[in-house]
Amino acid sequence: MGKKIRILIAKPGLDGHDRGAKYVARALKEAGYEVIYTGIRQSPEAIAKTAVQEDVDFVGLSLLSGAHNELFPEVVRLLRQQGADNIIVFGGGVIPQEDIPYLNEQGVEAIFTPGTPIQKVIEFIELNKERAQH
Amino acid sequence: MIEALVKNIVRGEIRSIARGISWVENETAQKETLIDRLFEYTGKAIVVGITGPPGSGKSSLLDRLIERERKQKKKVAVLAIDPTSPFTGGAILGDRLRMQKHATDPNVFIRSMASRGHLGGVSGATADAVKVLDAAGFDIIFIETIGVGQTEIEVMNIVDLVLLVLVPGLGDEIQALKAGVMEIGDIFVVNKSDRADADRLKAEIEYVLHLKAPNDQAEQNPVFMTSATENTGIDELEEGIFEFLKKMENSGRLQQRRRRRLTQELRKIFTAKVEAYVHEFLQTGQKLNHWIDQIIQKETAPYQLVNKKVNQVLKELQNT
Repeated sequence: MGKKIRILIAKPGLDGHDRGAKYVARALKEAGYEVIYTGIRQSPEAIAKTAVQEDVDFVGLSLLSGAHNELFPEVVRLLRQQGADNIIVFGGGVIPQEDIPYLNEQGVEAIFTPGTPIQKVIEFIELNKERAQH
Repeated sequence: MIEALVKNIVRGEIRSIARGISWVENETAQKETLIDRLFEYTGKAIVVGITGPPGSGKSSLLDRLIERERKQKKKVAVLAIDPTSPFTGGAILGDRLRMQKHATDPNVFIRSMASRGHLGGVSGATADAVKVLDAAGFDIIFIETIGVGQTEIEVMNIVDLVLLVLVPGLGDEIQALKAGVMEIGDIFVVNKSDRADADRLKAEIEYVLHLKAPNDQAEQNPVFMTSATENTGIDELEEGIFEFLKKMENSGRLQQRRRRRLTQELRKIFTAKVEAYVHEFLQTGQKLNHWIDQIIQKETAPYQLVNKKVNQVLKELQNT
């Protein structure tokens, strides 16, 4: 059967706008990936623990409330703390351009802002999947 | 590496457990060694299957059951299976959404599994994933099947006991279910019992069950009314599960069932191995093409040809 790419799509923070996250989840499923979807208002701790239990290769975070500079790096930190340093984290949502370098620096490897074609996300996954499986 | 993984799984280290399940799911080369090494640590967990039509509230009910087990300080694991798209090979695994409040509890382990083309309501790797969790020391393992229709009954070959979750409003569907999943339920649950018609559904189920075992009161399967959202009837159900298990244990049926399970599993592994061999045999060279030509030209007939070749395969198998 071989290895399947598994991706956790999660929404940290308090906003309930899950349309984007759900759209990405569905599109990634169509692209042939196994997508775990956990719904809105997840704490960074819950996201990190879920990612470890599900042994995912990628975690995609969606946030529209403005708290991305705190919550995204926190997820990365908790993953590393649990020894899950193979898991690649990316993000999406309403994120100002000027925040992206900081997030990259914190280990959020890619940020997809509104209007990004889903193909870009798929390309990112394909490009990095070998590394996620270490 | 495998020694370390085994050791870490047995001491309940979460990341290793997760990795072990991935090995099983991905059919990694060392999968068999892993399962064999873990085998001596298995046999302690209680394995409960939860099945029923889509939308009957299996995940929400499970969420409540986890709560109850945690109150008793038990370690709980869940395998939640969702279907893989036959067209893209992708899957959305969303069952754990209803159980996410347990995500940060170190004694609850939830894993979503895609069916990956396996029919029957579970995935091909589910039985081995149960072994990983069992060896890891979970007291109770729940398996939530994909939403089933009439024929997805394979979960019965993996678990100690099957909960069949039904809801009012299925209309005549219970008639249709009679022949399929109705037969594998040990405990029946009428969920969403706050809805109209819940009592009627319960009566219908009891009627069907009565037809199954008309004279034997003790053999009859219990029916529980629950509402996962209103949190009612769950305590009774939970007690019912353990009462039923005790009864099964006392009557020897639990041991019997576990033995039958092992028998089925062994058969399956055996068949799969032979099948893989046959597959390889057919793949090598142009054999298959050559035979097809012969058959098309009516030089031989399908059964005649295959019967001759089967002997050849068996002989080669003996030499391996």
